[in-house]
Amino acid sequence: MDTARANRRLIVRLLLASVLMFGFGFALVPLYDVFCKVTGLNGRITATGPADAEGVDTARQVKVRLIGINNEGMPWKFGPQESLLEVNPGEMKQTAFLASNPTAQRMVAQAIPSVSPGEAAQYLHKINCFCFNSQTLAAGEGVEMPLLFMIDTDLPESIHSITLSYTLFDISPDNTGTAQADTQEGGSPI
Amino acid sequence: MSTLDTAVPGLHEEHHGPAKGLGRWLFTTNHKDIGTLYLWFSLLMFLTGGVMALLIRSELFQPGLQLVEPGFFNQLTTMHGLIMVFGAVMPAFVGLANWMVPLMIGAPDMALPRMNNWSFWILPFAFAILISTLFMDGGAPNFGWTFYAPLSTTYAPPSVTYFIFSIHIMGASSIMGAINIIATILNMRAPGMTMMKLPLFVWTWLITAFLLIAVMPVLAGVVTMMLMDIHFGTSFFNAAGGGDPVLFQHVFWFFGHPEVYIMILPAFGIVSQIIPTFSRKKLFGYASMVYATASIAVLSFLVWAHHMFTVGLPLAGELFFMFATMLIAVPTGVKVFNWVATMYRGSLTFETPMLFAVAFVVLFTIGGFSGLMLAIAPVDFQYHDTYFVVAHFHYVLVPGAIFSIMAGVYYWLPKWTGHMLDERMGKLHFWLSFIGVNITFFPMHFLGLAGMPRRIPDYALQFADFNMIASIGAFIFGFSQLLFVWNVIQNIRSREAATARVWEGAQGLEWEVPSPAPYHTHTTPPKVE
Repeated sequence: MDTARANRRLIVRLLLASVLMFGFGFALVPLYDVFCKVTGLNGRITATGPADAEGVDTARQVKVRLIGINNEGMPWKFGPQESLLEVNPGEMKQTAFLASNPTAQRMVAQAIPSVSPGEAAQYLHKINCFCFNSQTLAAGEGVEMPLLFMIDTDLPESIHSITLSYTLFDISPDNTGTAQADTQEGGSPI
Repeated sequence: MSTLDTAVPGLHEEHHGPAKGLGRWLFTTNHKDIGTLYLWFSLLMFLTGGVMALLIRSELFQPGLQLVEPGFFNQLTTMHGLIMVFGAVMPAFVGLANWMVPLMIGAPDMALPRMNNWSFWILPFAFAILISTLFMDGGAPNFGWTFYAPLSTTYAPPSVTYFIFSIHIMGASSIMGAINIIATILNMRAPGMTMMKLPLFVWTWLITAFLLIAVMPVLAGVVTMMLMDIHFGTSFFNAAGGGDPVLFQHVFWFFGHPEVYIMILPAFGIVSQIIPTFSRKKLFGYASMVYATASIAVLSFLVWAHHMFTVGLPLAGELFFMFATMLIAVPTGVKVFNWVATMYRGSLTFETPMLFAVAFVVLFTIGGFSGLMLAIAPVDFQYHDTYFVVAHFHYVLVPGAIFSIMAGVYYWLPKWTGHMLDERMGKLHFWLSFIGVNITFFPMHFLGLAGMPRRIPDYALQFADFNMIASIGAFIFGFSQLLFVWNVIQNIRSREAATARVWEGAQGLEWEVPSPAPYHTHTTPPKVE
């Protein structure tokens, strides 16, 4: 029968469409990152890796404010060595964040950066950053975590100050949710 | 139930009535049986969600905590939203489509009757799973019907896994239903029933079905990502692993905004059937109605971030989503204009279905206007997450979607049961609902503008008066729905026979078959001039 064949063809197409849309839902995840990177929105995606310095623009000074935040339940002491830097675009700047683990057990942490204003993110090159890797600290141990960055000379004129903020998350293997950090056995919050 | 063979003489060796007993309902592939099942199920869910709404309003009757724990209050708001959206409104529209689409386009049944049976019968399981979470350790989902991550992942109760599974089943049901409706409309029309002759209810459902196919898989995708974040250590929405909670909101609302049109486009269709009947005129601007519906559907994919104005969007994004949202007011305005123009100089009578339809036009427009206010990004910063939002979406969903469903039920009930409605009781139900719904939701606008946040079990003293008024209205509205149940049951038991045409001004193929509609209709395709 003709209708039966037409129906079958239509069902196959519509099922295919729903499978494609299911895939599209997942495709939104990388697309979101690409979109953020291209447009510089959201301040999530910064340029990383080696950068070629094209000469320092000494005529301009940009204020870079550094912030360290502990995610909920994270007991580490965490903060920048210097909270405000004056940087010339094109200049390599070395600074550090300090972290220490006051608890009685070994913990692993991951810092997640965010740049504000978001459009400045793509002009901030992180040549070396502690946020590239997770950090492991034994009980009571402290560490100075280096950060080497450069601000692109193409930074729009309208931007005079940039805030670079790191949020520190507890990703210790036996710890699924950050909220439980201080309920762990033997854990002694500060 | 009458099983008269009323079709023109011909070869109908398959002609038989419904099977006997419970098996009829379990194994049925008849579009009318399945439509009936969907409608009863939706009524049951409507009453379940309604009981939760009344519990919420009882708690909010006075400031302070008196009836329920704050944690349980959160479960109530979440479950109320989920049950009303996925259990009451959507299945009711699918039920109406099952009953009416084949009758309206001159098809003998839905295109895929067996799949039709499945798409209904998995729904009760989905809701049994969802409602069972209320009795689990840690309680039911408590993160709001929008289930934002990380509230629904890192901080969720253990029952979230059951919630995810039930959403998967509901999604599968909706997708199967949508495929069936599209196949029926595109392939099963009677000869001569061209696309631009389709009744508007059929058109709006065709467009709705395409929306369902486009976005229900995205919903399935987002709950799958949640499942993986919770159980398999991925980090889609977990910032510690490089994910982003804001991404959840984008993906959710990419589903969520077309979803709100899924809940209103069929309502537009129902109202576009009823108003011409009781105006005794053709619908004004048929073609513009079709194009307006299609453009609303297309625009619905471009406005999702207006739910997220306060999340920290860049200025360009706020402006784009603000203007795109306002653009939707244009095709919607075309529709409202057409309904009013249809009534203009018509020979109007106000039977119960018409009363609900006219109330729909007026009250839905109020909901549309508060939507326009919310669309303005700078003022949305004040309205966001307040009772103003609650007032807005209840105005478009209760006197919008729900009133249209009731209008549709009262309009087509004589065709289903073969009995005329007791108009006096119908009107009583209408007026109590109309008054109740406005007393409930209108004060919420003022509460929201004054700054009362939504989803809270307790509130500051200055909100007490309007909350008490809203709660009184909610009880009027809630209990008057028992009249609706009574009306439907009385109608089934009534002896007052309905004519085939039922309503004097009714036009369309569904009124050509006798009342009650025989078990099998249009077995020989009707002629469409």
